[in-house]
Formats: sequence, C-alpha cells, structure tokens
Amino acid sequence: MSEVTYLEAIREALFEEMERDKNVFCLGEDIGAYGGAFKVTEGLIAKYGEQRVIDTPISEAAIIGAAAGAAHMGMRPVCEMQFIDFISTGYDMLTNYVATARYRAMLPCPMVVRGPSGGYVRGGPFHSQNPEAAFLHTPGLKMVYPATASDAKGLLKSAIRDEDCVLYFEHKYLYRRIKEEMPAGDHLTPIGKARIAREGKDVSIITYAATVWKALEAAEQVEKDDGLSVEVIDLRTLLPMDDEAIIATVKKTNRVLIVHEDTRTGGIAGEITARINESAFEWLDAPILRVTAADVPLPYSPPLEDYVLPQTSDIVLALRKLAAY
Amino acid sequence: MARAGTAASKPAKISQDGQGLSLTRDQKLDLYYYMRLTRSLEERLVNLYRQTKVVGGLFRSLGQEADAVGSAYALDRSKGDVLSPLIRNLGSMLVQGAKPNEIIKQYMAKGDSPTRGRELNIHYGDLVRGFIGQISHLGDMVPVMAGVTLSFKMRKENRVGLVYVGDGATSTGAFHEGINFAAVQRCPLVVVVENNGYAYSTPLSKQTAARQLVDKAIGYGIAGEQADGNDVVATYEVTKRAVDRARAGGGVTLIELMTYRRKGHAEHDNQSYVPPGEIDRWASENDPIDRYVKRLLAEEFDQSELARLDVRVKEEIDRATDEAEASPMPEPTDALVGIYAEPPAVAPLWFREGIKSAVEVHERPSSWGTHDV
Repeated sequence: MSEVTYLEAIREALFEEMERDKNVFCLGEDIGAYGGAFKVTEGLIAKYGEQRVIDTPISEAAIIGAAAGAAHMGMRPVCEMQFIDFISTGYDMLTNYVATARYRAMLPCPMVVRGPSGGYVRGGPFHSQNPEAAFLHTPGLKMVYPATASDAKGLLKSAIRDEDCVLYFEHKYLYRRIKEEMPAGDHLTPIGKARIAREGKDVSIITYAATVWKALEAAEQVEKDDGLSVEVIDLRTLLPMDDEAIIATVKKTNRVLIVHEDTRTGGIAGEITARINESAFEWLDAPILRVTAADVPLPYSPPLEDYVLPQTSDIVLALRKLAAY
Repeated sequence: MARAGTAASKPAKISQDGQGLSLTRDQKLDLYYYMRLTRSLEERLVNLYRQTKVVGGLFRSLGQEADAVGSAYALDRSKGDVLSPLIRNLGSMLVQGAKPNEIIKQYMAKGDSPTRGRELNIHYGDLVRGFIGQISHLGDMVPVMAGVTLSFKMRKENRVGLVYVGDGATSTGAFHEGINFAAVQRCPLVVVVENNGYAYSTPLSKQTAARQLVDKAIGYGIAGEQADGNDVVATYEVTKRAVDRARAGGGVTLIELMTYRRKGHAEHDNQSYVPPGEIDRWASENDPIDRYVKRLLAEEFDQSELARLDVRVKEEIDRATDEAEASPMPEPTDALVGIYAEPPAVAPLWFREGIKSAVEVHERPSSWGTHDV
C-alpha cells in the first residue's frame, strides 16, 4: 500500500464514509465542482452528485444550522468551513443550538464541522486561526485535532459515526507535508484517547496538531545534546480531554511542558494545568511550563509570524529549564 | 409615529382569502377548538403565574391565536410535516398534538415535563408529532428548518416544513442565511413571518425600512404572500397554498401574517410604549376568536356546538392542571445526565460527590430581575 498525505487521508475518510452510509453528505463553500479551497473534497461530487456534495452560499450559520436540522432527521452531515477562522460566524448556531440540542430537547445532532486550521503558513490573522479555546468551554461539543495522517483519517471516520457534534480541526501546515501508509481496513481512531507519540522518562510534553512535530524535533535534540528522555503526548481529542493519559505521563516523568500553537491566555494549556493541579499536584517536581503563541492576532509577515508562534528552539529551551529545576 | 407599525396602527385589510370553501364542517370546528384551547390554556397559566406556581416568565399569544392555529392546520400530519414554533405559537403546537399537561408542566419546571426541567415554557419538541423546539436566539430556527426540509428533499420524502419567525427576527443574520439557503436549494419550507407590530418594545418602523415584510420574498427569489393573521380561515388558506406549493416542488414561500400582540413581551411587561387606545381597539374590533365565532354563527353552526367545545377545553385544562400540580420536581442530579450520547452523564464536581441536592430550599424568585416586584 502506498503512502498518503494528511490531506489525502481526510479525503479517503470522506469517500469511505459516504460509501458506507448514504446518510452522510457534505456541505460547504466551493466544495463541489471546485473540490474545496484546498481540494480536500476533490472528486466527491463526481461520485456522489450535487445532492450529497452541496455547494452552499457564503453562510456559515446556515451551513451549521441546516446540518443540525438534517442531523435531527437522521442524516450525517459533514460541514466544511473554508477556513476554520470562519467558524466564528457560526458560533451561535454551534454553541447555542447544536451543543444544547441533546440536553435541552433530547434531539440527536450527529454532525461534523471540519476545516483547515492553524498557522506557520503566512496566512495572516484570518487564515491561520486555532479556534479550540473558543469551544472548549461549551458542554455538548466534541473536538479533535489530528497530528498524523492515519489519525486524520481515523478521527474523521469516528467523528462522522459519533452520535454528537464533533468539531474536526485539520492542520493546513500538515496537509501536504506529512505522509504515511494507512492502516488496512476500516480504520477508526477512538475519540477521547490521547496517543504517546514518543516514550520518555525525564520530561513530558503534552501537545496536539502541528506542534506535535516540533515537540518531537525538540525531544530528539535534547536527547542528543543533553541526554534527556522526553515523552510526547499527542492529545488528538481536545474535548473530552483524556485525563487518564495526562495524569499517567505526569506520574511517569514528574515534569510537564504544555505546548500549543493557540494564544496563551485562556488557552487549553491553562485547563490542562488546572487538571494536573487538581489530580496530581504531589507528583510534580517542577512548575508546569507553557510554550504557546503570544497573545496577539497572528501577523502575516514571516519574521512576525515566526516570532509569535512556538518554535522548536522555544521547546528545547523549556525542556532544559524543566530538567534543571 | 408616521409609519410606526403598519400592523400596529390599524387592523389589516381583510384579504381575498377566508372563504373557507375547502374546509369541512369538522375542520371548521377544529379551528375553533384549537384557538379556544390556546386562549384558555394561557389564561390558566396566568392564574398559575399569579399563584407563583409558574417558574420564570409567561408568554402570551392573546390576539394571535388565529395565525398560529390556522397556519399549522394547513400542514398534513398524516404525511409527517414538521413545524418549528416561536414563543407566540402555542396554538400551532397544540394543532400538532402537544398536550396541555405538557405545557403546564413545562411552565412549572417539573421533572416529568417534556424537557425534564431543562428548558422553559413552550421550548420543547417532539419529532414523532412533528414539532421542533425553538431556542431563544431569534432567527436560528430558520437554518435548522432549512436543514430539516433539505433532508426531506434528499430522501425524496413527501413532507413539508414550516418555521415561524416574528417581525423582529427578520432582522437577524440567521433568518437571512437560512431562508436564502433554503431558497437556493428549493427546500419544501414555508416561512411564516408573524407581524404583530412589536419586537419586545420595538415597533416595526425601527426594525426595518421595508414597506412591508412580504417584500423580502422578492429579494430571495421566492413566493411571497400576505394575509390577515386574525382571520383563521384566511391564515389557513394562504398557508395551505404555500404548503401545497412546497410539496409539489415549488420551493420556499414567505408568508407575512398581519396580527397584533395584545399583551407585553412577557407577563411582566407593562406595555408603556404602546400608544393609548391601540390595544383596546384591537381587542374590541379584531379579536380572532370573536371574529371566528361570529362567522361560524352566521354559517350553519349553533352556539351549543361551540359551548360543548368550551366545556371540553375547560375539562382538559382542569385535568392537565391537576396532573401538572401533582407532578414531582426534577431530581437535582438529573442535571448531569444526557449532555452527550456517550458518556451518558458527566461526573459530579468534587464538592458535589455523594450530594443529592445543593441547597435545602430552592428559591423561586418571582422575576428575573426585569422589573420591581
């Protein structure tokens, strides 16, 4: 079997799920004839037609709201946000309508909202966002953010089959930069389960999405230069968070670095820190450190963007600081 | 107040509709029954509210019963048509099969109410009977019903959806996005805009510069019709045409129903913003039930037939009230159940572990703080 990119893995998941279940359909802007801004949905319309691959008006609230209505009736919609930055215009539908539907009205809302996310691509403030913190405190939603091609496929297939709404963030920096052989058969990655991306015993890095790769680079470097053994946890699912995996790595290494590409204040790192504080405070040998983006809208010019976003060298610095504490 | 509330300032002209030729005798009595049930049920709720048995606000549809009942009656329940009501559409829910005991339990926040105490008043639904509960964010049900009816189209089901919005909701982005998407997709959807003159305290003139709300249909490239919302037969007929059009593949229709909100936004609202005499004029000259009774009596109906229905309504509401009053409040820990399909419940916070109730006495404030009490 040949290797497929992260982007192709997402496309494979869409094809397989549309083939498996006739209730699965896609809707979004320019996803049909054009195949999507990044060509994720390329070829879908040729196979499944415009009834199941719907080019919509520029209306994120309508895309998400209509998906909810169709989901109530037993359909399995997959919405594309052309860039995940635009999910904010559907924020009300997601947080007030979709997220509460099961609880307040016993209405099932099995749907996926997916879209290209993240920076390092010189996309500027509106084509680079990581929206997870905005939805982390909305009970009723689930959120996944794969770092590998096989998880990109396995998590999307699981998200489409989930009985609730899953926000599926796909990192556009990874789209065509990483490739991997897909596991055979009906490959599903469980929602809610983190992955140990690298085993280690001295320091833990808890991270997800593109920064998993920077964490792995930094881990290799400090192993070579400092003889440090670093464990890297790839969260994969952000909501519900895999507390078990987080606590297990804390108890193993006793030193924790949390890395994310999203801005610092109110970011997921704060929530993870609080959970460790509540459940495993006595297992810590050092204060928890964070490496995140600075609290600024993400700028466009390469020197500016690189200055704001977490880099491998920042992670190396943090690992050394933790090891020396 | 030059154009303040086209609907509010004077009763709408009686349209060409309202002939009632397609309605059977029993159907005509049905329309009376549902309007009477709506009004009497709300009157019972007012009593319960004044006895502080209603938790939270109370929303009336006094004077708007015809538009809710007549429009919902145009749907075909045997075909599985679905509607999404707004806060003044209790009547439409009753037509779809909502029961008075459910409504009263909802208002009393009971544990065996349809939402088990999670949501307020008439915010509930039932897919089997064909109504989907609203949320408070106005306009949001338009995209949702676009999706419901999109699923009908995709599955080639012979079903139609209907969504209610008020004059105020036509200003929202969700209304625009939803109706536009449904129009493009030619979804079998009827959008009923109830123009009752006010959105809370805001008159139509401050809501839109459009001459009339039905004009918005032109911009969306869909059929638009306007009717007298206080004439239950006219309301039925205009909606029936739209439902038939939708079922035949003709796409979306926007219907503007001209009516008038005789009570405040909710029971606490003293309507200080309404010009003197306006409410009384609508009450005396254009009450939808009075008008319909007059019409029925002028046809072949007898006062005793209507009186029998009045008795039935009263008995049903009495029974529902007794049942609702005897119903239990929810178990506090049920608050943690059913956020997701999986896991079925969230764990209690550490300080609530093993605790069945947070406080000994549950305060029942008589208002949300919207007014002095």
